[in-house]
Amino acid sequence: MAARVPVPVSGTVSGTVNVPASAQAPDAVRPAATAQATVRGLTRRFGDRTVLDGLDLTIGRGEFVALLGRSGSGKSTLLRALAGLDEEVEGGLEVDGSVAVAFQEPRLVPWKRVRDNLTLGLTAPDPVSRAEAALAEVGLADRAGAWPLTLSGGEAQRASLARALVREPGLLLLDEPFSALDALTRITVHRLVLDLWAAHGPAVLLVTHDVDEALLLADRILVLDGGRVAHEWTVAAPRPRHRDHPDLLTLRAALLSALGVTPEGPA
Amino acid sequence: MSVVELQGELGGAVRAGPRPRPRSATARGPRRGWHRWVSPLVVVLLWQVASASGLLPARLLAAPSQIAATALDLVRSGTLPTAIAVSLERVLLGFAAGAVAGVGLALVAGLSRTGENAVDPIMQMLRALPFFGLIPLFILWFGIGETPKVLLVALAVSFPLYLNTFAGIRGVDGKLAEVARTLRLGRAALVRHIVLPGALPQTLVGLRQSLGVAWLALIVAEQVNADAGLGYMINDAREFLRTDVIVVGLLVYSALGLLTDALVRLLERRALTWRREFLSR
Repeated sequence: MAARVPVPVSGTVSGTVNVPASAQAPDAVRPAATAQATVRGLTRRFGDRTVLDGLDLTIGRGEFVALLGRSGSGKSTLLRALAGLDEEVEGGLEVDGSVAVAFQEPRLVPWKRVRDNLTLGLTAPDPVSRAEAALAEVGLADRAGAWPLTLSGGEAQRASLARALVREPGLLLLDEPFSALDALTRITVHRLVLDLWAAHGPAVLLVTHDVDEALLLADRILVLDGGRVAHEWTVAAPRPRHRDHPDLLTLRAALLSALGVTPEGPA
Repeated sequence: MSVVELQGELGGAVRAGPRPRPRSATARGPRRGWHRWVSPLVVVLLWQVASASGLLPARLLAAPSQIAATALDLVRSGTLPTAIAVSLERVLLGFAAGAVAGVGLALVAGLSRTGENAVDPIMQMLRALPFFGLIPLFILWFGIGETPKVLLVALAVSFPLYLNTFAGIRGVDGKLAEVARTLRLGRAALVRHIVLPGALPQTLVGLRQSLGVAWLALIVAEQVNADAGLGYMINDAREFLRTDVIVVGLLVYSALGLLTDALVRLLERRALTWRREFLSR
């Protein structure tokens, strides 16, 4: 089922047929064909408070986008809208292909074994062997039959990633999925996400509050402020990246100041 | 919140490792076993002495030895097995009817707002009725045969199951419902994979409560013109001042209650293997 997107405004057609990029005719290039997700004039109000105010955003096919912003800036609201979890959002939302989400807490269903968490709602043929292949990819082949409550934090988060990726989504939404992991586990999972992204090629929207994480992973970094995309940078440095790459250091300072954090050192 | 959960998991992992606490628990185990039998045995012994010395006349309370002998006689003559069978049938029928009604109504109320508005106010009002007080009405409506007894058990059973199942359904983690939406589960799949299993622990709490109250309802119902069953055996014994038979009947009631409770515990262990408290065993 393609993109169950809420409340499209006039003109936008949501739920384009889920055609793999490779299957499309090369001459069918139109602006929308290169975009995995297009957001136009997205507005979300909670009572008197306007969290998203006419936000525009385009995510290209296979593009890794990181979304930064102070708390309350609407990062998670945007992600929930793209995930189809928000019925009350106004504006245009168009996602080509399916959407999968990995949440901040792994949100595994505790009464289903890890394998069954992956096959839940999976309509592809032979779901069990697909699930086991996905678990092998995240290094959890031997935990397929385990109960979720017996997993460590890192294992649970990897299982959650596998549950999202086994659906072969066109757009993968990551809602701060690394924030609760310890520093060492986080490094491992960062590498894993990049490997999975390279292997499967979904467009990724990563919501994070960690500037370094965004710099290490993303093609493009957005800063959300005032309900819109206030700043935008393209990160050209080749992967794997090191945090002391000169480009990244320059960008880091710019990002921090955009987020309203004064840089360290003497003023 | 997730940090707390993860810390909890880490804590669980640590607990699973070798630690002095489990060892001391097992060391205490056998000692605790016989220590706990001492005071009940002393009471039974004092009771026997009081009966033998004539301090406690048999028309008030028979001696433990007399009760044991009577129990044996009642089993041999077939009186007790027959009585148990009759009472067990009443409880099983009543429990089945009450469970179907309680769980069924909880599903109706739990799975839709319309259902809740239709069912819940009525159930909350009926819950306030002291259901043993309904016995006179039940006798007028259904006579003094099996029907009012079975119905009283059914009524008693349905409320704990209704209340707990309803609360269980409504208490299912909304975050898991969101996961179900992002996994494109339809409504039927959501109910089957998320809502019902999520409500099961609370439903089993309701099951234990309802089985407890089922035996209680049976005891009360069997005081009313029973012509067979444990209640009849006890009432009949009262006519002849047979305190030994009365005590045997009471002991059987409690044994059956303990037995059904053990069955539910077993069921819980089977159905809730995924829970932390069962995983650590």
